[in-house]
Amino acid sequence: MIYSDKVMDHFGNPRNVGVLEDADGTGEVGNPVCGDVMKITIKVDDDRIGDIRFQTLGCGAAIATSSIVTEMAKGMTLAEAVAITKSQVAEELGGLPPAKMHCSVLATDGLKKAVDDYLVSQGREPIAVGTIAHDDPDFDPHAEEHDEACEV
Amino acid sequence: MERTSYLDYAATTPVDPRVVEAMLPYFTERFGNANSLYALGREAARALEDARERVARSIDAARPDEIIFTSGGTESDNTALIGLATAGGRSSGHIIVSAFEHHAVLEPAWWLGKHGFEVTELTPHPDGTVHPDDLAAALRDDTVLVSVMHGNNEIGTIQPIAELAAVTHAGGALFHTDAAQTLGKIEFDVAALGVDAASFSGHKIYGPKGTGVLYLKGGTRLSTYLMGGGQESKKRSGTQNVAGNIGFATALELMDAERPAEAPRLTALRDRLVSELLGEIEYAQLNAAEAPERLPHIANFVIPGVEGEAMLLHLDAAGIAVSTGSACSSGSLKPSHVLLSIGCPVEFAHGSLRVSLGRFTTDEDIDHLIGSLAPVVERLRSMNPLYEKTVAELAGTHE
Repeated sequence: MIYSDKVMDHFGNPRNVGVLEDADGTGEVGNPVCGDVMKITIKVDDDRIGDIRFQTLGCGAAIATSSIVTEMAKGMTLAEAVAITKSQVAEELGGLPPAKMHCSVLATDGLKKAVDDYLVSQGREPIAVGTIAHDDPDFDPHAEEHDEACEV
Repeated sequence: MERTSYLDYAATTPVDPRVVEAMLPYFTERFGNANSLYALGREAARALEDARERVARSIDAARPDEIIFTSGGTESDNTALIGLATAGGRSSGHIIVSAFEHHAVLEPAWWLGKHGFEVTELTPHPDGTVHPDDLAAALRDDTVLVSVMHGNNEIGTIQPIAELAAVTHAGGALFHTDAAQTLGKIEFDVAALGVDAASFSGHKIYGPKGTGVLYLKGGTRLSTYLMGGGQESKKRSGTQNVAGNIGFATALELMDAERPAEAPRLTALRDRLVSELLGEIEYAQLNAAEAPERLPHIANFVIPGVEGEAMLLHLDAAGIAVSTGSACSSGSLKPSHVLLSIGCPVEFAHGSLRVSLGRFTTDEDIDHLIGSLAPVVERLRSMNPLYEKTVAELAGTHE
């Protein structure tokens, strides 16, 4: 398992780390038992992501995907931000090892939750609900790995 | 040039130059097949048998033919588990393994479990040892084989093998131990320990990768795994790796010769590492801290509030090679089965750090690690959204 240079760059020098004190929306996903937790805070200006920060407990890929998602989302409309897919995140990083693909779900889910948190706080309809993998009680972030390592 | 510190000797070791030198002629001018009758073959055979005698002497085997050369610890473990359980065409029975065995023992045990055998996994105590009383309680009339490792590869705890073997024999079963981490590091004497079979690996003792030994007590029945030309007393077919086996024997003799000075040196370095790391890193804990006996060269820590792979990558960037038991490092769903088996909480097992020392480790390497680790841990904790909560929980459990 080898990380791309871009993954190592975002892991070693993560962008937008921290917590926005007066955040308009907060998303927190993951579980320390699974080994990764992400918290994302956003400032919203005119339905666009004006500012964004993250904190992540997790492996190299979890930190790198969190970092790149904040870069991708900054300046996007809320609708664009919640439409970012895990494949786009992986592509933006120059690829992820197969065993790490689930890490990009952590990042996209965190962002979706932050956007919905903002919308709900404004008395508006959430737009990402139903597409957040971590909301599914049966969600298994490693499902794809099971498929790959399917028993003979 | 920035300093590099290799602190993962439990994963593998460099081949000692003296071992390389002993091996070299057997790749070129003395390349004969040890099974050929002419002079070149006889020369190889003599060298091979000499290597076998040297290994037998080191572990106090009764006879040289109790030494079976293999391709490594994994092959030795697989051969012992499956070969002893199915000896004589047996297709059912009960086997017992400890829950924190290496996967080279667990996987063949699980395979046997799917092919007619019943498997009991003995849970070690939080001190990192398997207790003979637990084994006695698990033995059944139909137990045919017990396998418990000598020194644990992740946490370094040493098992009471002589007692476990005695309990096993009283119950009428055979006893195997995986001694890949202990051979050469501490005294290993098959007669004193009373084992029927033991697995060893060359690359853990500054010998070449792809070499290993299975000790099999004379008269013990084994079903063969590799079939063909009948080499190794018909127990392991395949043209012998003469150069590699000479490397194994040479490496083992060097371990034996240097152990009186090396074991206390490594123990002192390890103890310094443990006390300084625990002093430097807030909330860090030594795993299996209550172990009655541990290997000189392995220490395993839990660093709450960080994830192991991220820690490992940052240390790598600082020129330090260590291991972790986090799930992410292994690509599997769960963190280290060893840490979980001794009661380490899952969320802490994700943040484990194994440091293992060896022949070329110096005080400067320990300084390098301690100096580099503190800022790495601080940085990762500052990025952890749950760190304050973790600290509050730790404070709660410590009150």
